[in-house]
Amino acid sequence: MKKKTFPRGIHPPGGKEWTADKAIEVLPPPEKVYIPLHQHFGQPAQPLVKKGDTILRGQKIGKAPALFSADVHASVSGKVLAVDGHPHPLGKPVLAVTIANDGQDSSSDEEEITDPFSLSPEEIIRRVKEAGIVGLGGAAFPTAVKLAPPADKPIDTIIINGCECEPFLTSDYRLMKEYPEEIISGAELIRLATNAKQIIISVEDNKEDAAELLASKIQEKHIFVEVLTTKYPQGAEKNLILALLKREVPQGGLPFDVGVVVQNVGTTKAIWEAVRFGRPLYQRVITVSGSGIPEPKNLLVRIGTPLQTVIDFCGGLKEGVNCLIMGGPMMGITQWNLEAPIIKGTSGLLAWSLPPASQVFDCIRCGRCVEHCPMGLTPTQLAKYIQFGFWDEAEAWGVLDCVECGCCQYSCPAAIPLVQWIRLGKATISALKRKTV
Amino acid sequence: MAETTFIIKSSPHLRHPDSVPKIMLSVIISLLPAVAASVYFFRWRAVVLYLACLAGAILTEAVFLAARKKPLSTLLDGSAVITGLLLAMTLPPSLRLDQAVIGAVVAIALGKQVFGGLGHNIFNPALVGRAFLQTAFPVAMTTWIPPVTKIINTATYATPLGNLKFQNAVAQHTLTPLKDLFWGNTGGCLGETSALALLIGALYLVARKTIDWKIPAGIILSLSVFTGIFWLARPDKYASPLFHLLSGGLIIGAFFMATDMVTSPITPRGTIIYALGIGFLVGLIRLFGGYPEGVMYSILLMNTVVPLLNRSTRPRLLGERRAKK
Repeated sequence: MKKKTFPRGIHPPGGKEWTADKAIEVLPPPEKVYIPLHQHFGQPAQPLVKKGDTILRGQKIGKAPALFSADVHASVSGKVLAVDGHPHPLGKPVLAVTIANDGQDSSSDEEEITDPFSLSPEEIIRRVKEAGIVGLGGAAFPTAVKLAPPADKPIDTIIINGCECEPFLTSDYRLMKEYPEEIISGAELIRLATNAKQIIISVEDNKEDAAELLASKIQEKHIFVEVLTTKYPQGAEKNLILALLKREVPQGGLPFDVGVVVQNVGTTKAIWEAVRFGRPLYQRVITVSGSGIPEPKNLLVRIGTPLQTVIDFCGGLKEGVNCLIMGGPMMGITQWNLEAPIIKGTSGLLAWSLPPASQVFDCIRCGRCVEHCPMGLTPTQLAKYIQFGFWDEAEAWGVLDCVECGCCQYSCPAAIPLVQWIRLGKATISALKRKTV
Repeated sequence: MAETTFIIKSSPHLRHPDSVPKIMLSVIISLLPAVAASVYFFRWRAVVLYLACLAGAILTEAVFLAARKKPLSTLLDGSAVITGLLLAMTLPPSLRLDQAVIGAVVAIALGKQVFGGLGHNIFNPALVGRAFLQTAFPVAMTTWIPPVTKIINTATYATPLGNLKFQNAVAQHTLTPLKDLFWGNTGGCLGETSALALLIGALYLVARKTIDWKIPAGIILSLSVFTGIFWLARPDKYASPLFHLLSGGLIIGAFFMATDMVTSPITPRGTIIYALGIGFLVGLIRLFGGYPEGVMYSILLMNTVVPLLNRSTRPRLLGERRAKK
C-alpha cells in the first residue's frame, strides 16, 4: 500500500544516525537552575516564590494568569536565590527563578492515581493544567487548552505526532522506543478527555522499528499506528492532518475546526505522568548533536539547566564551533549565550561550524519556493511585497498562513533569506492590525 | 571557557546544495552536445560564430556591471555565457561576425541589463538579440547554407520549414526526411538542427530537475494537437506533428528557451498556460503566418504575459475556501 503523505515539502539530509541508537541518559541535575516564567505560547506566568524561599521539586513557582498561559514548576529542590531577569533562548532576557539545588530532590508531586482511566474529562484536564504541560514539539502551546475545544467543535480523532520530521532530532524516536506503553496510555487519556473515537499514532518510515514496537503494544481496536513517507514538514500539524485524514484545517483555524487534536509523543508521555503520578512538567528529553559535539546524546534534562551544563556533559564544544541551535536545523533558534536555560519547548541542541554565508543573488524566479511550500504560498512574491512595503498584497497572498518551516529558503538557489522577510512581514502586518483596531 | 562568538541568524540552517551558478553551469553543460553537433555540421563557421557571440555577451555584461558599480564576480554566475551560446545557436551559419556581435550586445544590453540584470528581465535575452537581428538584417537572417555533410547543386538553399511553407513541399513530396531532422543533417540555425543532440542535453536538465519538464511537455502537446488537427484533415497539404516537432527551433526553444527560469511563470497553473500558449502560437505562425518559423516570436509573446499569469494564478492556499463555481 502506498504510504500517506502531504503534497510538496522537501527531503533534507537526515542526520539522525548520530543519536538514533543512543538510549536516553539522565543528565544529573545541576547545582543551579534558571527557570524562566515564560516558556510557552501566551502570557508569562506570575512568580509565586521570592528570594530565600525553600522549595520542593515539582512545587509550583509560577502561576498562569490567563487561559493562554501555563504554570511553571521547580525542577530541583532547594533555595530560591533570585527572581530576576535571566538570558532566555528566544533572545530577550525573561523573568526567571534561580534555584540552588540542595541535592535532596525532595518531591511535592501530587498524589498518584491507580486507575487514571476512570477519571472524568474535567479531572484529566485539571491535572494536565496543574502540571504546566505545554506542547513539547517546539511551539509550547498550553496543552490543557488543546484538550478543551469549544462545545460546538466535537473531536473524533486524536493524532499522536511521532513524525519528528526535523533532521538530527531523535528525542521523540527514543521516547517511542523506550516508553511505548506510556505513550499509548497517555493517548488514551487524551481520547477520554476529549471524548474522541479514534487515535492515530503517526510515525515516519525512517522510524519503522518504533512504529512496529508501538503497534505490538496496542490492544484496543480504536488505536492505530500509521506509517507515513518521510518528508519535511510532515509533523507540522496542518500537513499531518491533511496527510492522515485528507481534512484541511481552514485558513486561520485550528485542528479542532476539523474535529482533530494533535499531540506530540513527548507531550503525550508527559500527560500520562501528570495524570497517573501527579508529576508536573519539570524535565524533558532533548537531543544534543551536530558535528561540533564530541559525544552526541539523547538526554533527560531538568528544565532550567543552563546550556553550558548540557554541552559539558556531552564533551564540550569542539574547536571551531560557531553556531549553536536550540531545536532542529530547519526551525531552530540560534543561541549566543550559554547561560540560557533549557526550556519546556527545547527539543534539541545542535552545534556545528557554519561555512561563511553564501552570496545572495537576485531572485531568478525558478519557482522552487512555490514548488516546495507545504502551505501553498508563493514565498518569493511575498518577500518582494514585503521588501517594498506592500502589506495588503502580502496579506492577500497568504503571508499570515506561513508556518516558517523553511522549505522555501532551503530550496532557494539564490540563498535569499525568504523566511526572515516573511517573519518581518507577519510581524509588521500584525502590528498594523493592532494599531487600527 | 574561552570566549566563543556564535553566529546569530534566522532559520532555516540547512540549504539544498543547488545554487544559481550551479544551475547556470548545468545549462551550459546541457548545451554542449548541440554545440558539438553544430561544429560537426557547419565546421569553422560554427566556431567563429560561437566565439563572436560569447565575446560580445561577456564584454557587454562586464561593461554594464562596471557602469552599475556591481561586483564583476557576478559575471561568474554564467548567465551571460548561456545568452551568448543560445544566441549563436539561433543564428544562420552564414551570418557575418559583426552582425553576430551586434546581436550579442543587444541581447545583454537591451534584453537583460536595462531591466536590472539577471532575474529582472522580462524577455529571454538571447531571443531579444535574435529578434533585433531579424529586423536589422532581414536578408542575412534568412539566408541559409546547407551543412557540410550535405552535397547539393542548387545555389539557394531553404530550411525544411521554408521548404514546407514556400515550396509546397508536402504536395511536391520534397519534404525533408524525419531522419535528417533527427540527426541534424539539414539546413537551419546553427544549433537547432540536431534534435538528437538537443534532446541529450535536455534529458540531463530534466533529470537534474534544473528545468520544469511541464514546459516542454505543454509546448509539444499543444503544437501536436494544433498541427495534428490540420494534418488529419488535409494530409496532402499539411505536414505531420512529428515533422513540426523535429524541425526549426522547436526543440531548442521548448527545452532551452521557454524554460528560462527568469522569463517563465513561477506558479504551477501559470506555467501550464504559458507552455500551451507557446505551442499554439508556434502552430499558428507556421501554418498561417507570414514566416515559416514562429518559435522565437511565440516565446517572446508569451514572455510578455508572464507577470500577468503569475498574478492571476496564485496557488490555492492550504485550507483556503474554494471559490464558488
